[in-house]
Amino acid sequence: MQSSPARRLISRRRFLQGSAAIGISLKLPANAFAEGGKVNFYNWDTYIGEDTLPNFEKESGIEVTYDLFADNDELFAKLRGGNPGYDLIVPTNDYVERMLIADMLEPLDHDKIPNLANIDPVFMDPAFDPGRAHSVPYMWGTIGVGYRKSAVSRVPDSWTDLLSSDEYAGRIALMSEPTTVLQIAMKAMGKSLNDWSEENIAAAEKMITDQKSRITAFAPDNGQDLLLAGEVDLAMEWNGDILQAMDEDDDIGFVVPNEGGLLWEDCLCIPKGGENIENAHILINHLLGAEVGAEIADFIYYASPNKAALELMDPEYTENPAIFPPASTVEKSEVAIFAGQEMTRLIDEAWTRIKAS
Amino acid sequence: MQQRAGQRPAAFIATGLPGIGWLLAFFVAPLSIILLYSFGENVSLTQVETTGTLENYRRIFEPEILKLGWRSIRIAFISTLICLVIGFPMALVIATSSQRAKPWLLLLIMLPFWTNLLIRTYALLNILGTRGRLNELLVWLHGGMRQALDIIGLSEAGLLADRFTPITFLGTEGGVIYGIVYVSLPFAILPLYSVLERMDTSLLEASIDLGAGQWTTFRRVLLPLALPGVLTAAVITFIPALGQFLTPDLLGRGQVDMIANVIERQFKRANDWPFGSALSLTLLYVTFLLLTLRAFSDARRARRTENRG
Repeated sequence: MQSSPARRLISRRRFLQGSAAIGISLKLPANAFAEGGKVNFYNWDTYIGEDTLPNFEKESGIEVTYDLFADNDELFAKLRGGNPGYDLIVPTNDYVERMLIADMLEPLDHDKIPNLANIDPVFMDPAFDPGRAHSVPYMWGTIGVGYRKSAVSRVPDSWTDLLSSDEYAGRIALMSEPTTVLQIAMKAMGKSLNDWSEENIAAAEKMITDQKSRITAFAPDNGQDLLLAGEVDLAMEWNGDILQAMDEDDDIGFVVPNEGGLLWEDCLCIPKGGENIENAHILINHLLGAEVGAEIADFIYYASPNKAALELMDPEYTENPAIFPPASTVEKSEVAIFAGQEMTRLIDEAWTRIKAS
Repeated sequence: MQQRAGQRPAAFIATGLPGIGWLLAFFVAPLSIILLYSFGENVSLTQVETTGTLENYRRIFEPEILKLGWRSIRIAFISTLICLVIGFPMALVIATSSQRAKPWLLLLIMLPFWTNLLIRTYALLNILGTRGRLNELLVWLHGGMRQALDIIGLSEAGLLADRFTPITFLGTEGGVIYGIVYVSLPFAILPLYSVLERMDTSLLEASIDLGAGQWTTFRRVLLPLALPGVLTAAVITFIPALGQFLTPDLLGRGQVDMIANVIERQFKRANDWPFGSALSLTLLYVTFLLLTLRAFSDARRARRTENRG
């Protein structure tokens, strides 16, 4: 499968803000043979293959209503006061955890999802959802450093290059995600990113506050744009976003620093209170198919946990270090565990102090 | 004589009901919920219990919140001042131009609203960046001026640096103020225009005829007559400026956060609706305070005019 530039021009996170502002809501054409009922799918923007859902409608006779959210907070806020009618959602792992704590997710019937066998076994028993009782992995990725090759003397392979060195003063963009930035600061200090305590939050806060004057931007999901425009030379970002920047500009590279980074995983989940639980299972099973999984991965270019799908993909995708980082790095990286409401408040207060400093 | 609506209950109900219903459903009800939340505690990830606690209001007095609050007031105040200083002459020009030109000039003022705010903000990012169009233009001018100096033999005089250092607009308070002025200017111009348009220009002529200079006429006649419009323009600019979060996020590059950025976080990432409610209500109190002051000043002026008459 030859990669076309158009395919990678847009990513889900890139158009977050735009779609949030305009409030895109897409209704797929109703299927004339829709005898199999309906399913309401709530997903990220540009996070599915172009023909995936029309094909599903044709095959199953189930009518899909497709809606988009911009970030996990929007998803959580929508469902917090009661499910407005969604049957299938795609939260990131720490939000899967939040929703589990808040009892917002329907248990999955694995017998109705035979294609679960396609998923790489390493994904089948995560700490945030033991035994995959409530979630199925959809895509995964990392947070790392996107950098301009011609502007650095060596690959910026340590988080300290961004968070405590003055070598790149005025050329650094961090994300504007309080939890993530403090987690990465803890990683830079050689700690686990789930090691939340008042002392560690204070140390991470000090690290960012001291570095603040050397940081150009806390980028609301547009670090890759700043990198492309030459406004910064180093940007902490989602791997998928930097990947798109790399496609537009050969001078841009991506590395997950040696200390390891944050692994994220977006999951398919069935929220409680939906009316079409049966059809949601059918759609999940469809999305986990080998060909369908390959079609999706080839379009959105994030790392797929679908082993059967990967076997159908080109080396250009499967051997791309920005999609699949080296195993040694992945080993040192961690999946975030939800810090709990009390810690979340401390993190947010630390962030406000950083911003007020 | 016409009867007042209040004296005919049926007519009053028929005409007032939709408005009252709208107010109840979209103003009173949501605000009451926010008010209850602001005295509440998070009992779980999704539930808030109103316990009557004052903790959320106490947290507003944390130094970092006060600091961001003060920064917001300062930025909103400076932006408002700039809007008035730029907006007043523009409104005056429109108000005194020919009847044929007026609608076109007003259209030019309104035109930016036809584009989404987010898109306009991204355009500003493109212009104001360190490698943006404006700096590109300055580099080009700098090069041109150096060449000119070369020709007249002054290149060694040290009048211009060898290289032009790009100016940082974004990520500074100035950048945020620029963005807010850009967004708010039409709101400032329209109320100014509407008072200046209705103004009796013979008063200005009389003032000049009677020997007052132009500056004195502006200060003693034009400005007092336009004062209601100036106050409206100030309030209508200041209040939304106080609640900006997109501009600090993008043009401020997250380096110049304002209080609304904290509020937004409480309803999203921090998932702390009670604190977010207390903060937004406090912002609302400030707004009401300003509107009350505005109303008082109107009443006082009305009284003064009556006394004189």
